[in-house]
Amino acid sequence: MTLPKVIRGRAWKFGANIDTDQIIPAKYAIYSLDEKELGKHAMEGVPGREGWAAAVTQGDILVAGSNFGCGSSREIAPVAIRGAGISLVIADSYARIFFRNAINMGYPILQSPQASEGIEDGDELEVDLEQGIIRNFSKSDEYPTEAFPKFMNELLQMGGLVPWVRRRLEERRHVATARG
Amino acid sequence: MGMTMTEKILARGAGRDSVRPGDLVLAKVDFAMGHDLTIPPAGRIMREQMGAEKIWDPERVAVTQDHFQPAKDAASATLGRLTREFSRDMGIKWYFEVGQGGICHTVLPENGLVLPGELVVGADSHSCTYGALNNFATGIGSTDLACVFALGELWFRVPETLKFVYHNRLKEWVEAKDLILYVIGQIGVDGARSKAMEHTGEALRHIDMEARLTMTNMAIEAGAKNGIMEFDEVTKEYLDGRAKRPYTPVSSDPDAEYEKLFEFDAEKVELGVARPMSPDNYSPLSEVAGTRLDQVFIGSCTNSRITDLRRAAAVLDGHKVAPGVRLIITPSSHQVAIQAEKEGLIGIFLASGAAWTTATCGACLGGHMGVLGEGEVCLSTTNRNFPGRMGHPKALVYLSNPAVAAASAVTGVITHPHEVLDKMPAGIA
Repeated sequence: MTLPKVIRGRAWKFGANIDTDQIIPAKYAIYSLDEKELGKHAMEGVPGREGWAAAVTQGDILVAGSNFGCGSSREIAPVAIRGAGISLVIADSYARIFFRNAINMGYPILQSPQASEGIEDGDELEVDLEQGIIRNFSKSDEYPTEAFPKFMNELLQMGGLVPWVRRRLEERRHVATARG
Repeated sequence: MGMTMTEKILARGAGRDSVRPGDLVLAKVDFAMGHDLTIPPAGRIMREQMGAEKIWDPERVAVTQDHFQPAKDAASATLGRLTREFSRDMGIKWYFEVGQGGICHTVLPENGLVLPGELVVGADSHSCTYGALNNFATGIGSTDLACVFALGELWFRVPETLKFVYHNRLKEWVEAKDLILYVIGQIGVDGARSKAMEHTGEALRHIDMEARLTMTNMAIEAGAKNGIMEFDEVTKEYLDGRAKRPYTPVSSDPDAEYEKLFEFDAEKVELGVARPMSPDNYSPLSEVAGTRLDQVFIGSCTNSRITDLRRAAAVLDGHKVAPGVRLIITPSSHQVAIQAEKEGLIGIFLASGAAWTTATCGACLGGHMGVLGEGEVCLSTTNRNFPGRMGHPKALVYLSNPAVAAASAVTGVITHPHEVLDKMPAGIA
């Protein structure tokens, strides 16, 4: 699965330090193997945002403040957001395990303090993933995104860590076969 | 240019002479851990998506049944079964069944499975705990763990290191928990985001290994990638007779580069709590004393090892839990429970009116055996109090050390332990 070049959608705005237990309360970890079910409860733990997932239209964009996804290592956090229909996450900054989980899943996330500051709930956005530019149609504004290291971009482009591991396992088998 | 301990371990894992902060490396893993919430997805990703049939080294993997086990409901029983079957199919050597292990971050150190100089990963955010034993240990996701299982290696960004120096010694009653809550209060929940926290200084030389584990356990609450400490006599004594493999300690070079240096006078740190609803919401105990409580929880990978239970028992001995309050005590491992039984601690807990449970993560993550309802107030020896962590999003959670928790259970309000006990008995403090 390769990434789309351009993503358009409505912005859903959240604050700073949203931790993984707010993104998907631990009680739903029993659905660890069911992305759709997790998606129904995404962001349910954020006070005042109960029922949020039902209002999301497939393709919408989640915009958050700093340190998004702090707390637990549970990969069900980005899985639940994807399961809710969110196509892309933009944040001022990310907690590291959430960040690496998203990259490993091949799920597009962008870091842009300017976008996090400028975008309001309900704004219509267009994100050019190739150029790394976020356009805000509602505010006639645009924001740059921070570039990721080359290896992370490669992982994202190839669809995450799964195809990367598959390729590496193949290489190892070839080496083993060649050695006979 | 010299390297920090963290840089040296990552360089060795990557097969390089040196690494610098910001480098992306592919490094060999020495030990990996997963549990009942993270093994089922990791196992599925590894086998069905990555196409790997076996794990790289079944002797270098531990699996615990701790988060929702003993199964809290039918769905959790399925996760427990998938975890059990995967461990059996893969021949994982260090599989800990319900009733024989406990919380991963207590089980691995107490069994000598995570050692100085090693590169350790765990599919749980508090895997940074192991760094008190002079290793690089960090939390990873399930796809990460599947990669490690398939290949024995993983990608890492070499972190910048922040150095924390603790001068002088902690005062009477003040514990490692108070110190780390104070530090997180100073730097914030993203104060060390993606960085290494290297702890050093006189205060650490005078605290035992369990107290040190409490400090590195909470590195993640400052957003850190890992927390790490120097190897010394305390480390050596803890590992003697326990270490399952030979090991090589690591130390930072005198000319190692740190992004920032933080210095604290440990003697000036007061008993403290993290107020709702963030671990960095630090407050001296005196400012919240008298806060009414519904529940007190002594448990978790942060503060429920045997030394923690000894302090709690010393405070509770001869007292009763206050009317209207429930006290739940969850040992962090089966070995801790056995030791508590030998020392007569369980009898003290039961006589005080506490609920004593089997070893599990349980109430800490709002799983089971102590989940909070709407509007309830809890004092907890755990690590994290973001909204909803222990149950209802409108429950209020304060974090403290175990002696404060025990004293507060006796009075029903947040209380300094010296109001219940004159002095912590020698050998326990």
